[in-house]
Amino acid sequence: MSFEPKIVAFLCNWCAYAGADMAGTSRLKYPGNMIAIRVMCSGRVDPEFILEAFEKGADGVFIGGCHPGDCHYVSGNYRTRRRVEMMKRLLEEMGINPRRLRLEWVSATEGQKFARVVKEFVEEIRQLGPSPIKKEEAI
Amino acid sequence: MAKRIGIFVCHCGINIAGVVDVERVAKEMASYPGVAFSTTYQYMCSEPGQNLIRQKIEEENLDAVVIAACSPSMHEETFRNVCGEYFNPHMCEMANIREQCSWVHDSEEATEKAFKVLKATVEKLRGNEDLEPIFVPVEKRCLVIGGGIAGIQAALDIADAGHEVILVEKEPSIGGRMAQLSETFPTLDCSQCILTPKMVAVARHPNIKLMAYSEVIDISGYVGNFNVKILKKPRYVDEDKCTVCGDCEDVCPAIVPNEFDMSKKARKAIYIPFPQAVPSTYTIDREACLGLAPLACAQCKEACEADAINYDMQPEIVEEKVGAIIVATGYDLYDKERLVEYGYGEDDDIITSLEFERMLSASGPTGGKIIKPSTGEEPKKVVFIQCAGSRDRKHMPYCSSICCMYTAKHAMLYKHAVHDGEAYIFYIDIRATGKDYEEFIARVMEEERINYIRGKVAKIYREGDKIVVWGVDTLTGKKVEIKADMVVLAMAVIGREETRDIAKLLKVAVGEGNFLKESHPKLKPVEALSRGIYFAGCAQGPKDIPATVAQASAAASKVLAMFSRDKLEKDPMVAVVDEEHCSGCGICISVCPYGAMQRQPNGKAKCIEALCEGCGTCAAACPSNNIEMKNYSDSQIKRMVEVVI
Ligand SMILES: Cc1cc2nc3c(=O)[nH]c(=O)nc-3n(C[C@H](O)[C@H](O)[C@H](O)COP(=O)(O)OP(=O)(O)OC[C@H]3O[C@@H](n4cnc5c(N)ncnc54)[C@H](O)[C@@H]3O)c2cc1C
Ligand code: FES
Repeated sequence: MSFEPKIVAFLCNWCAYAGADMAGTSRLKYPGNMIAIRVMCSGRVDPEFILEAFEKGADGVFIGGCHPGDCHYVSGNYRTRRRVEMMKRLLEEMGINPRRLRLEWVSATEGQKFARVVKEFVEEIRQLGPSPIKKEEAI
Repeated sequence: MAKRIGIFVCHCGINIAGVVDVERVAKEMASYPGVAFSTTYQYMCSEPGQNLIRQKIEEENLDAVVIAACSPSMHEETFRNVCGEYFNPHMCEMANIREQCSWVHDSEEATEKAFKVLKATVEKLRGNEDLEPIFVPVEKRCLVIGGGIAGIQAALDIADAGHEVILVEKEPSIGGRMAQLSETFPTLDCSQCILTPKMVAVARHPNIKLMAYSEVIDISGYVGNFNVKILKKPRYVDEDKCTVCGDCEDVCPAIVPNEFDMSKKARKAIYIPFPQAVPSTYTIDREACLGLAPLACAQCKEACEADAINYDMQPEIVEEKVGAIIVATGYDLYDKERLVEYGYGEDDDIITSLEFERMLSASGPTGGKIIKPSTGEEPKKVVFIQCAGSRDRKHMPYCSSICCMYTAKHAMLYKHAVHDGEAYIFYIDIRATGKDYEEFIARVMEEERINYIRGKVAKIYREGDKIVVWGVDTLTGKKVEIKADMVVLAMAVIGREETRDIAKLLKVAVGEGNFLKESHPKLKPVEALSRGIYFAGCAQGPKDIPATVAQASAAASKVLAMFSRDKLEKDPMVAVVDEEHCSGCGICISVCPYGAMQRQPNGKAKCIEALCEGCGTCAAACPSNNIEMKNYSDSQIKRMVEVVI
């Protein structure tokens, strides 16, 4: 059976989640590998959630927030940006390709963009193959 | 106690059921841990659908419900209201299997995803607690910042409804830009004549506390309960004693340009910006006065029979408590010096639209006479340039929305004054979308014989006593060269710099052009994202007087709706600090955008629920994991992560 990536997404309620809804309203098809967990703000995404996802076997983690300057809570997404940078370094040290963690700004109107970045991300993870953490478990 | 969860899967006609195998989903989810009952229905949101939920809650003894249907943004409220009849509404969650599932995936994929989304939702619900709404009291007084027509209208509406208003204006008088205008499109009524009665009404209103020549310097608190600090600048003239006789002005030896006349006319150091100013009083301009401390002149004091002048007046800080704030700080024009591509330098005969308004005004620097500034002669050829700095990637990309209309008005008023004069208007498009606006433009074009040239100006330069304007007429493709006596630039409208300072104090966002960013561009055009803060007038975006007044009344009605209640309900999904384990590091205090995390005397952090908006940034930042978000806890999210993989 071919490899089907498993991706967890954290989408902020005000922009990215609404953007994902917009993709639906516009009936834009994209792969179903990614499941969204709605959080109020991308700033809610604790680095622990990302680690938890990889530990539980995710092949990729996606975080969607409002564009810089647009965060519903003023500055949450700036924190997210910094945390994601830090997490990418940490993942690299752990032997997980930092490309498996992706942060995107998606506004409530950007259904097109949402569908496009999900497609891209799923494709990228497909190329990267299963997460090394999962492989270890399999052995 | 374990919950008895009921699952209701919606077909949404064929929107969901045509793609997702809803029957299989309902059937298999029935045996998922915690699930006591599971079914499907055609349209869950319909009245029979809602009744089915009611019936099953009773029959099956359910105490928590998942509705698998559309996005929570569509119907979460609907279903929470239904469930709220039986148990805490927070025991109802939605699983989005339409927008983010059946509408975007193929059948098999969608069905698989629906399972995962449902499981995650059940897991979240299992961790939910009953939440009671948080109530905060409302101080039924409103602060209005900015006394242009927007602030005036909002203040009057709220005051008329019986609530106290504090109107803060930084200039010596209220009135704003509208007081500077000559006649107003499309009806050409005199701007001051329609404005001044409202200004006087503000001064007289028992419910309005007018604080002109004042600035807001600090704002803290939250919806219903803001604390505001206002700096009252010293006028050195007692407002109550001044009779506006003008004796002081006559003797004052210090002369400076009058900002109200766009610096095209002089005023004294002791001055009244314009005769109808409200409050009706003189003010000493500290900067221009020959010297207050040590006193260098004192001629005005000697002349003042009312004994209104007080050189020892000090700045005063006034504190006020208000429940709502309206920001109406208005607009400026883009700096004409920044239009470098036209190639002109400083030139008296190239003026801005507001300078031209002052020239047209009977009370203006020329007494309403149109003159060529450099010589004082009557200009026989005038070129008006629209979109000067607007709709231009190099400057302001947006349309300033009022320039087409006032330029037509300018050209018309010019032709009325100079019958043998020629007026040219360079434009990109004519945007006349208001009521009776198109008719106004048509009248100007047909009756006034004004030369509308569709095209952009490439260069402007002086040649002797003329100003040469070079452009291209894009309709004919021909070059145009006009030797004009005067050029009027319809400069882009921008939000005032001061708006940025106010926005910082209020923690509200400012977008391109310094304009305040509203909560929703369509559905919440007068509300800030933070509750209790509203916008009116050009501070939110360029607009004409009718739109400004409408927006001001809209903002006032929002405030009044809020003031009609004694307590405000807010979302209870807030942060909670585990005080026992809090190390007092203060990181949460520094990351909270609302100042909701506060240090207690014992050094530990505490969440002020009334301030918390529930973003969760603190919970993610806490290094020792001692902050939880109610109904969005770490353990809930981790369980969700686990089941979706
Ligand atoms: C050349 C020209 C011609 C126009 N002609 C017309 C016309 O014919 N018809 C028409 O409908 N519209 C016309 N308009 C548009 C009209 O001027 C505006 O719609 C209107 O004045 C907007 O009012 P406002 O109260 O929002 O802003 P403003 O008039 O700018 O008022 C804002 C007020 O807030 C005060 N303020 C700013 N910052 C602070 C602060 N931090 N603290 C306290 N106070 C502060 C300012 O001093 C000012 O008094 C014209 C505009 C221009 C440029
Ligand atoms: S609300 Fe979208 S990133 Fe903060």
